[in-house]
Amino acid sequence: MSHEALLEATGVRKTYGEKVVLDDVDLVVRPHDVICLIGSSGSGKSTLLRCLNLLEDVDDGVIEFEGREISDPRVDRRAVRSRMGMVFQSYNLFPHLSVLDNCTIAPRRVHGVPKAEAEQRAHDLLTRFGLADQASKHPDRMSGGQQQRAALVRALCTQPTLLLLDEITAALDPELVGEVLTIVRELAEQGTTMILATHEMAFARDIASTVCFLDQGRILEHGSPARMFSRPREERTRQFLARVLPQT
Amino acid sequence: MSVVDGSTWEPSRRELERRAVRRARARRDILVATVALVVVLGALVIGITSAPGWDRVRETFFNWDEAKASFPQVIKGFGKNVVVFLVAEPCILVVGAGVAVIRSTVSPVMLPFRVLAVVYADVFRGIPTILLVYLAGIGIPALELQGLTTNTLWLGTGALVVSYGAYVSEVFRAGIESIHPSQLASADTLGLSRWQSMVHVILPQATRRVAPPLLNDFISLQKDTALLSVIFVFEAMFSAQDYTNYHFNYTPLVVAAVLFIGLTIPLTRFTDWFARRMMRREFAGVAK
Repeated sequence: MSHEALLEATGVRKTYGEKVVLDDVDLVVRPHDVICLIGSSGSGKSTLLRCLNLLEDVDDGVIEFEGREISDPRVDRRAVRSRMGMVFQSYNLFPHLSVLDNCTIAPRRVHGVPKAEAEQRAHDLLTRFGLADQASKHPDRMSGGQQQRAALVRALCTQPTLLLLDEITAALDPELVGEVLTIVRELAEQGTTMILATHEMAFARDIASTVCFLDQGRILEHGSPARMFSRPREERTRQFLARVLPQT
Repeated sequence: MSVVDGSTWEPSRRELERRAVRRARARRDILVATVALVVVLGALVIGITSAPGWDRVRETFFNWDEAKASFPQVIKGFGKNVVVFLVAEPCILVVGAGVAVIRSTVSPVMLPFRVLAVVYADVFRGIPTILLVYLAGIGIPALELQGLTTNTLWLGTGALVVSYGAYVSEVFRAGIESIHPSQLASADTLGLSRWQSMVHVILPQATRRVAPPLLNDFISLQKDTALLSVIFVFEAMFSAQDYTNYHFNYTPLVVAAVLFIGLTIPLTRFTDWFARRMMRREFAGVAK
């Protein structure tokens, strides 16, 4: 057991009925790591993130977070989630709340931060991410890129120690992908610990500290982006990369 | 990373422990639920039966002999409630859906019908159902019109259809308006006419979405069939009152109440089941 690990998953298994979605998955995340999960749709990237955030119960294996086993059914899930942030592909902002209220609901209701302080923190982050003038708007009035940036701010407002990003640019058109990735890159440079499932290979190559290739529910291969993208060991990884990497 | 064949997988000791914990928790939850149920129900029963007037109430409302004696009369009346309900329900669906569809038309020719539909919904949702039943059951026969029934059972049923049709039309309209405009746009691009879009695309989705509130209205309708007692239809309520007037005992009213409950509970459970099934269908795929 590596003591410096922020999160460690060992032998994680998840099935839906007969279908094995995650099979003996091991993952170690140390502080300031940026782990990129790559692989085709249905390879288990999203399910792994959902298991780590306890949105799904694992069917076997152990997940430890900040030195405690969180896969134990007796663990308080809300306490775990209050330390972990998650952003979804489809933003999932609350449509009935303004952006500012979306960003302050968890700090105020879960973490007991006073209103003024929560709003100040949200405003600071929104400003940093170029959304200062959007704070009073409702999510549906904004572009997809703006919504996804607001969703990132919402996740950051609780000051999580680990950020899970589930294909957060998959629903955006190419022009808007950039503005979201810029923010993620900035967060990575500041040392935010992140696990992200992504289809943006160039981006993964740039910012990842470790790239994991998932295939049929297993982490088939993992390593530094430099090695993974230039000298993949597995045939399956080579095939996948050949299909998704821009031909140069 | 060890590679294990999926078919030979055996749960680890940790997983077996976890399952044991989950089972223990399930058992504890059942125990807590049972104790809570017994305590709360017990308190209710003791609270009511220890009231000073309980003995008199039991004699006048919960008299087993009177219940047995009045049962044939009340159940015979209850048959009429069921008939009224079964006839009114499909009529209400047709009226409600029709009015809602008319209200959502856009063609200028339809304007007078739209106005009528709006007036209909506004007026008949505003009038208490019991007044409508009175007006229909006593006012219409008084007109002495040729060829129109003077049977208060059917006149009362008509009043219920008119009243509930107005309510249900609003439920349908809410459903129609909740369908995203992009659905209409894609129907348009396929070349469907407005009417075809409504019938084949919008209304089926809207109906599915408003099924739970519709079923809720029908449960309400089952009970409101008792309103026909005010125009002297010998349904369950009126039969029970009739018995009460002769025997100075209110037990038949409780008998009628039990019959109504016996009819509404299955429909309520069906509503719950239906709503859950729809949730599962429409939100499937969230957990990939």
